[in-house]
Amino acid sequence: MRFVRDHIIPPAPPPRRAGGPLAWMRNNLFAGPGNVVTTLLILGALAWIGPALARFLVLDAVWTGTSGDACRPEVIGRPVGACWAFIGEKINYLAYGSYPAAERWRPNLFFGLLALGAAWMLWLGAPRRDLGAWFVFAILPVASWLLLSGAPALGLASVATALWGGILVTLVVSAVGIVASLPLGILLALGRRSDLPVLRFACIGFIEFWRGVPLITVLFMANVMLPLFLPGDVTVDRLLRPLIGIALFASAYMAEVVRGGLQAIPAGQGQAALALGMTRAQAMRCVVLPQALKVVVPGIVNTLIGLFKDTTLVAIVGIADFVRVLEAARADPRWSAPAIPATAYAFAALFYLAVCFSMARYAGFIARRLAAGDRR
Amino acid sequence: MVESRTPLRWRAWALQALLVLVVAALVYAAAANAAQKLAKQGIVAGFGFLGRGAGFDIGQHLIPYAAATATYLDAFWVGLLNTLLVSALAIGLATLIGFTLGIARRAPNVLARTLAATYVETIRNVPLLLQLLVWYVAVRKALPGPADPAHLGSGAFLSQRGLFLPRPDLSGWGWLVPGAVGVGILATLVLVRLRRRAVEAGRRPLPVLVPGIVLVVGSGPLVGIGLALAGHPVAIAWPARGPYDIEGGLAILPEFAALLIGLSVYSAAFIAEIVRAGLDSVARGQGEAAAALALSRGQALRLVILPQALRVIVPPLTSQYLNITKNSSLAVLIGYPDLVHVFMGTVLNQTNQAVEVVALTMAVYLTISLVTAFAMNRYNARVVGPAR
Repeated sequence: MRFVRDHIIPPAPPPRRAGGPLAWMRNNLFAGPGNVVTTLLILGALAWIGPALARFLVLDAVWTGTSGDACRPEVIGRPVGACWAFIGEKINYLAYGSYPAAERWRPNLFFGLLALGAAWMLWLGAPRRDLGAWFVFAILPVASWLLLSGAPALGLASVATALWGGILVTLVVSAVGIVASLPLGILLALGRRSDLPVLRFACIGFIEFWRGVPLITVLFMANVMLPLFLPGDVTVDRLLRPLIGIALFASAYMAEVVRGGLQAIPAGQGQAALALGMTRAQAMRCVVLPQALKVVVPGIVNTLIGLFKDTTLVAIVGIADFVRVLEAARADPRWSAPAIPATAYAFAALFYLAVCFSMARYAGFIARRLAAGDRR
Repeated sequence: MVESRTPLRWRAWALQALLVLVVAALVYAAAANAAQKLAKQGIVAGFGFLGRGAGFDIGQHLIPYAAATATYLDAFWVGLLNTLLVSALAIGLATLIGFTLGIARRAPNVLARTLAATYVETIRNVPLLLQLLVWYVAVRKALPGPADPAHLGSGAFLSQRGLFLPRPDLSGWGWLVPGAVGVGILATLVLVRLRRRAVEAGRRPLPVLVPGIVLVVGSGPLVGIGLALAGHPVAIAWPARGPYDIEGGLAILPEFAALLIGLSVYSAAFIAEIVRAGLDSVARGQGEAAAALALSRGQALRLVILPQALRVIVPPLTSQYLNITKNSSLAVLIGYPDLVHVFMGTVLNQTNQAVEVVALTMAVYLTISLVTAFAMNRYNARVVGPAR
């Protein structure tokens, strides 16, 4: 391909001032006619959306009230934005579902343990991160289960999982997903790179199967087929079924992330470890895997973000997660007002946005830090 | 990873034999349990149920479907076609929005950059399911009610029941209209080919953009007018207000619209990131060299930067397209009759043939995944070209 110019173009004028705010504006906002049009169009749209958003979220919002009437424009005689009073009254329901009010300290303690585990794992300079791993992958699951579902032997009244709901269930599902999928994903990734053909193909088949089907079909399958496959009178808790589905589903994605990390480690690392007389298992455990896992921390966090968003799908198979509880709260006839759906969705969107955005920022921070380490 | 296998050979094979045995035992136990339970419920295993009458209605069907006569197999095809329809349209729309946003993130205009970045960061971090609810519940609530639909120009209506458009009757002579559009598309493709040949041979290339638009957009109406002049006018079914609802015309269901918009808007954010990464992968000097040759920004983007960026863009774009197809199954939430909603929902509930229904649905998605991966790999091989 070539371009042939058949006439001489006149010389361009010398560049004008390159510094200062005016030059910046000229370069970034008004460089050429197309640019000016873009700028004006965007400014116009912002002038329209910005105030509307501010009015809805803050200026016209209703902050106090005890029923939907407080949020009806014809009752209070002014335009109504978001009905935050509704969220205020429902906040406990949105956080804990139908978990007994007297026992709410238990979910709170669970949130605290989860935050501790997350901080221990994510803060790279934390002391004794090996203990942290034991805490997150062994102690936390058992302790949380005892705490939330109850252990009469320890004096904790049992609470049926059908009563759990809201942000509690969303966090439980996400936590189970990550805690189960990371070890499983590492094993699958190792299996996929194994020399043993049967093992390798079994792992490839497993990974590609879960990655090829939508999560909803997995959840439906867990719901209807899991009880079918188990012997006679064994029943699986309704909350446990989607948890199993999500754990298997997430582990396939995690396996691919970990495999990317394993491929990034030069083969010389493993060979050097073998030359030092390590066994293959030792070489993998002490030399290759720690480096590979370090490289894939951003990938793991991104998978975690996807998992956190995907947990909303359990609402479809009848689990009272945050979205489903929100829909139930929205249907409360006492709080029926035109602004309620938009308020509920705005609240949920802000919640997910805050959690996922901060996780994404963390992943970006780690990625930059790793890149800086590579440059050195 | 590392080769030191000789002394471990027998152990390796023993291990693999054990793996096969364990998997086989698990599958056998599960199958035996399932068979026992199904027998107890009086369900006959196998795909014979597909021939039985379905007896339920489906709101949107691309092939003839009537509750009284249709079988479960018909319901399966209707659901599959609905899934394919919404996925294909969402892929097109998301690609359009995504490329625009991705290019805007590297635009000279600071406002365009900021706006695109805000869009990506916001949309990406809110679950798709929630966004579908917003489109289906909150946005639909803002539309006019079914009793008082909004007129959009002549003969189009918009209400909470959907968008109603005039529908040309394409039977009889009417078939010539879509035929003409097809010929127009083919002719445009030929033009593109001719232009590429001319450019490669160093000749002055013919313009393609304007003739292409005329051929694709203009051929349909032109043939329609021609048919009308020849005495075979294409009948157009206009939507009109009936006693309860709008009748006639082409009805676009709110479920379909919400799913299409939600899916496109959500996936566009991911595609924008892919495009941005692709643009970043092209060396800076390429754009500067193009500018030095006096190519305009648009020309530089179209002729120099994008073709090189596509090498990086296509592989992740493939998996994004597959994600769109898989995510279309969220239709079940808002009641769009896609494969999962019709087959895994209604049919499964009516027949209780859990194993067959789940297996068939998953097989469909796996097949779509494999076929898309195959097709995109071939395209990828062409774009990336021979290894250098």
